[in-house]
Amino acid sequence: MRYIRPLSMEDAVGQLASSPGTAAILAGGSDLLVRMKGGFIEPDLIVDIKAIDGLGEIRETAEGFIIGAAVSCALMGESAALKREWPGVVEAAKLIGSKQVQGRCTIVGNLCNASPAADSVPALVAAGAMALIAGPGGRRTAAVEAVPTGPGKTSLAKGEIIEAILLDRRAPRSGDAYLRFIPRTEMDIAVVSAGVNLTLDEQGVVKSARVALGAVAPTVLLVEEAAEALIGRKLDEAALERLAKVCSGACRPIDDKRGTVEFRRKVAGVLARRAATTAYARAGGK
Amino acid sequence: MNFDPRYSGRNFTSVGTRPLRPDGVDKVTGRARYGADFNMAGQLVGRVLRSPHAHATIRRIDTSKAEKLAGVKAVITAADLPDLTDGDAAMYDILDNCMAREKALYDGHAVAAVAAVDARTARQALKLIEVDYEVLPHVTDVDEAMKHTAPLLNDAIFTEGLEEKPAKPSNVTKRTQFGHGDIHEGFGRADFVVERSFKTEQTHQGYIEPHACVANVSSDGTADLWVCTQGHFVYRQHCAQLLGMEASKLRVTSSEIGGGFGGKTHVWAEPVALALSRKAGRPVKLVMTRDEVFRASGPTSATSIDVRIGARKDGTITAAEATLRYSCGPYAGMWAEIGAMTAFACYRLENVRTVGYEVLVNRPKTAAYRAPSAPMAAFAVESAIDELAKEIGMDPVEFRIRNAAQEGTRSSYGPVYGPIGIGPTLEAAKNHPHMKAPLGKNQGRGMACGFWFNFGGQTCTDLNIGMDGSVSLAVGTVDVGGSRASLSLVAAEELGIAYEQVKAVVADTSSLGYNDMTDGSRGTFSSSMATISAARNAIKILRERAAQMWDIPIDDVVWEKGHAIAKGEKYGNLAALSLREIAAASGKTGGPIAGHSELVADGAGVSFATHICDIEVDPETGATRVLRYTVVQDAGKAVHPTYVEGQYQGGAAQGIGWALNEEYVYGKDGRLQNPGFLDYRIPVCSDLPMIDTQILEIPNPNHPYGVRGVGETSIVPPLAAIANAVSNAAGVRMTHIPMSPPRILAAIEAERGGRWSK
Ligand SMILES: Cc1cc2nc3c(=O)[nH]c(=O)nc-3n(C[C@H](O)[C@H](O)[C@H](O)COP(=O)(O)OP(=O)(O)OC[C@H]3O[C@@H](n4cnc5c(N)ncnc54)[C@H](O)[C@@H]3O)c2cc1C
Repeated sequence: MRYIRPLSMEDAVGQLASSPGTAAILAGGSDLLVRMKGGFIEPDLIVDIKAIDGLGEIRETAEGFIIGAAVSCALMGESAALKREWPGVVEAAKLIGSKQVQGRCTIVGNLCNASPAADSVPALVAAGAMALIAGPGGRRTAAVEAVPTGPGKTSLAKGEIIEAILLDRRAPRSGDAYLRFIPRTEMDIAVVSAGVNLTLDEQGVVKSARVALGAVAPTVLLVEEAAEALIGRKLDEAALERLAKVCSGACRPIDDKRGTVEFRRKVAGVLARRAATTAYARAGGK
Repeated sequence: MNFDPRYSGRNFTSVGTRPLRPDGVDKVTGRARYGADFNMAGQLVGRVLRSPHAHATIRRIDTSKAEKLAGVKAVITAADLPDLTDGDAAMYDILDNCMAREKALYDGHAVAAVAAVDARTARQALKLIEVDYEVLPHVTDVDEAMKHTAPLLNDAIFTEGLEEKPAKPSNVTKRTQFGHGDIHEGFGRADFVVERSFKTEQTHQGYIEPHACVANVSSDGTADLWVCTQGHFVYRQHCAQLLGMEASKLRVTSSEIGGGFGGKTHVWAEPVALALSRKAGRPVKLVMTRDEVFRASGPTSATSIDVRIGARKDGTITAAEATLRYSCGPYAGMWAEIGAMTAFACYRLENVRTVGYEVLVNRPKTAAYRAPSAPMAAFAVESAIDELAKEIGMDPVEFRIRNAAQEGTRSSYGPVYGPIGIGPTLEAAKNHPHMKAPLGKNQGRGMACGFWFNFGGQTCTDLNIGMDGSVSLAVGTVDVGGSRASLSLVAAEELGIAYEQVKAVVADTSSLGYNDMTDGSRGTFSSSMATISAARNAIKILRERAAQMWDIPIDDVVWEKGHAIAKGEKYGNLAALSLREIAAASGKTGGPIAGHSELVADGAGVSFATHICDIEVDPETGATRVLRYTVVQDAGKAVHPTYVEGQYQGGAAQGIGWALNEEYVYGKDGRLQNPGFLDYRIPVCSDLPMIDTQILEIPNPNHPYGVRGVGETSIVPPLAAIANAVSNAAGVRMTHIPMSPPRILAAIEAERGGRWSK
């Protein structure tokens, strides 16, 4: 097994693309090392991306935020601007593991580990985040929801590395929120989760919305029908009822050690409703 | 020896104070040595190959490829641990559990082991061992296993304890029955009867430190074993017997222990490490992974219990009955029997009957877990008691007080009680401010009682007085919760010296006579008795030496407050001699001064507790939050109150985990789905409120200071107390432990008659 720590993205992409055996990208390592220790994977090459110039920074531009792939979730929690504009994304990142885990782990790692239960992903999907991807053929962007394709699988090609996550500037009168269900208070994997992002018009009517659910299907679900349940309405009881119903219906969960099908269905609706209520309040809705 | 263990009311100087524990600094600075912290030059890494099947015949094991791998120094199978148990069925089960012989009986059952120069080589070697299994049908559920159609684990087992010997073999190894009176007559007089069935899932003790040991067998047939255990003398006996050694040739040293709770009363890795070392001719270190700890060690029984209790309108219980089925793993046990004994032990009953069934299943061999078997029985009984109180329209505390056992009550399992604490803990709970605190929306309060026997047993202790007057105390009961501090307090009390002058250690098996292990809440109870006895023997020698120094008869020398005092007018001019002065002169007055004690500590004194808790339930998700928790328990005498409180809190914390989220989840394939702390959910710190404690002291008549064991009773009431609180909060009776959010939500939905929203 070879471990390298390239200083440039070009070098990292080149090494990955030309490696003959299995290769793994190392960000915080809080998934990768656990999988290696468990004997599930034995990569021939490990490419640590943390020394690549600029990858450890959050940059603010006129268009939005560029969150480097090596930015730890703890660092996201320390960015006042990010917290102000994307509280739902930051609260999702800050739910991962514990303080210790957050000191290492990244949202890109969370995304690329491709677990249906990944905490930051529904929040990113609801936020409409994009992934900036560097590869042997140059750079491209993709919607976050297009990256995971199934448990443990992504759409990234050999040699491709996600360089950053891109978030727009927060539109006026808009807010986001993320909630997950775990049986304990921390150190647990989401049994169900929901991220909601919405924008209101001047009358407090929902103008646009995105609703994403986690841990209820092989990948995070972007539920368009749920957004439709909210758009054009104030967040009245009927809208919330409809939202919960649509979300429960959209789930394609399984029975497993973490929860039952019935439980996930029901609680997906409950969480979507609660997250929408918080997002609405954050957007200034009354 | 004429040691008098009876309680003598006295005023204490040291006992009852709260000094720092002698092992504290090393533990918080990382200097303390736990099982995996022992190392030897040239030591090999041992690893175990485990069955992936719940039930399979082992047709053949081919180890030749593994043996040829460079760096592999020994490979063993059951053939290297021949059966030397000589008809001792319990020992044979231990042997078979350490290394499967004909059949693998559960997912995780050891089938072979290797010792290699490093962990990587050892892991590779495991992959090279070929095991030819014939997979058999399996059964993991306790009720399923009792059915006639269930796959049999062992066709040589015919249920014991039936009136007639059964014609067919069964997974039920034994039926036991306890009780007295006539329950039919009793139920006939009842105005209200509650009848319910309950289930509890299997849990693990969840100790943070995995099993770990280093074994070093010498070519002369002697051996050393360093190990994390609750009882190194018992481990020595078991290992020596299984390996065909003389016990005295095997020296076992216990490490600090990162939790045991009953799970480290049983050998798993140790005979395997010794066999590997014997074969390799080098020391072998064997540390189990967390996955192995879950799959192969521990757990408690899963249970299925039916309860029926009847009472008159005035709140008098007229009859009580329970049928208890406990899983034992693949080997016979007495878990249901203990459950049947403890079930109604809190109450004064005219008519009572409990029946226990021990059931074999394809799960790991059940091991003791803190008051083993009692929490599940208490869950069932205390839930039914609560429900009955409601039906009668009585306050649940009043109902229990009315029926509580007292001094002179004949217990449901036979013996007649001496002075006991059930009534006082109930009265204390009734008057506790917690009982009157207001509750909010979706919040419920529950309470429950619990009982545990407490054990005593064989104990041997040495007390040596150094020439500088400091005292070293060598005990043979492993310190699992601060007993070195408590025993030092006892030695200081008896000798009349300062706590700081005493240093207690846990001695190895070659330095002391046999000690039973630290289980049954016996550590402080029995070792304090032995320490008192050893100290009194030392005092006798101290008096002799003082008499010699003064040249007066020993009968004229008394021991008071750490000094020898010449009694009577005629010695008026003699200044008292301190322990230090006598010790300093010891070289000239007859040599070292020591007190020794060996005894069987009898009369441990039963223990009772009452717990109160408040829970909030989220009716939309089934999520629970423990808002407040109070433990009231009788300690007899709290030698070191802080560590008594620690035991109360620890038991409650473990009970809360068991009640709410901890459970073994098996797949249809019979494999354990959650062998790790991520999905086996013990509570994290933020899940728990500060657990409030109240110590009652109802002296045990059979101990000089009145001490009772306190370690276990605290895990008995929580399952029931929390179930009662959740039931009150959610408005539906919870009958299945753990009350995980999916179970609570399903119960709420069923009660509402509502269906899941689609
Ligand atoms: C104790 C513990 C608790 C946890 N709790 C949670 C939790 O509550 N919620 C949750 O969602 N997760 C949890 N996790 C999982 C994990 O911490 C998260 O998924 C985390 O976000 C992963 O980030 P990382 O930087 O550590 O990823 P890594 O382990 O470094 O990488 C994860 C995967 O992504 C790939 N990868 C990493 N960076 C890139 C990149 N730039 N481009 C392409 N591929 C890349 C890696 O090759 C690997 O396959 C927990 C893990 C542990 C150990």
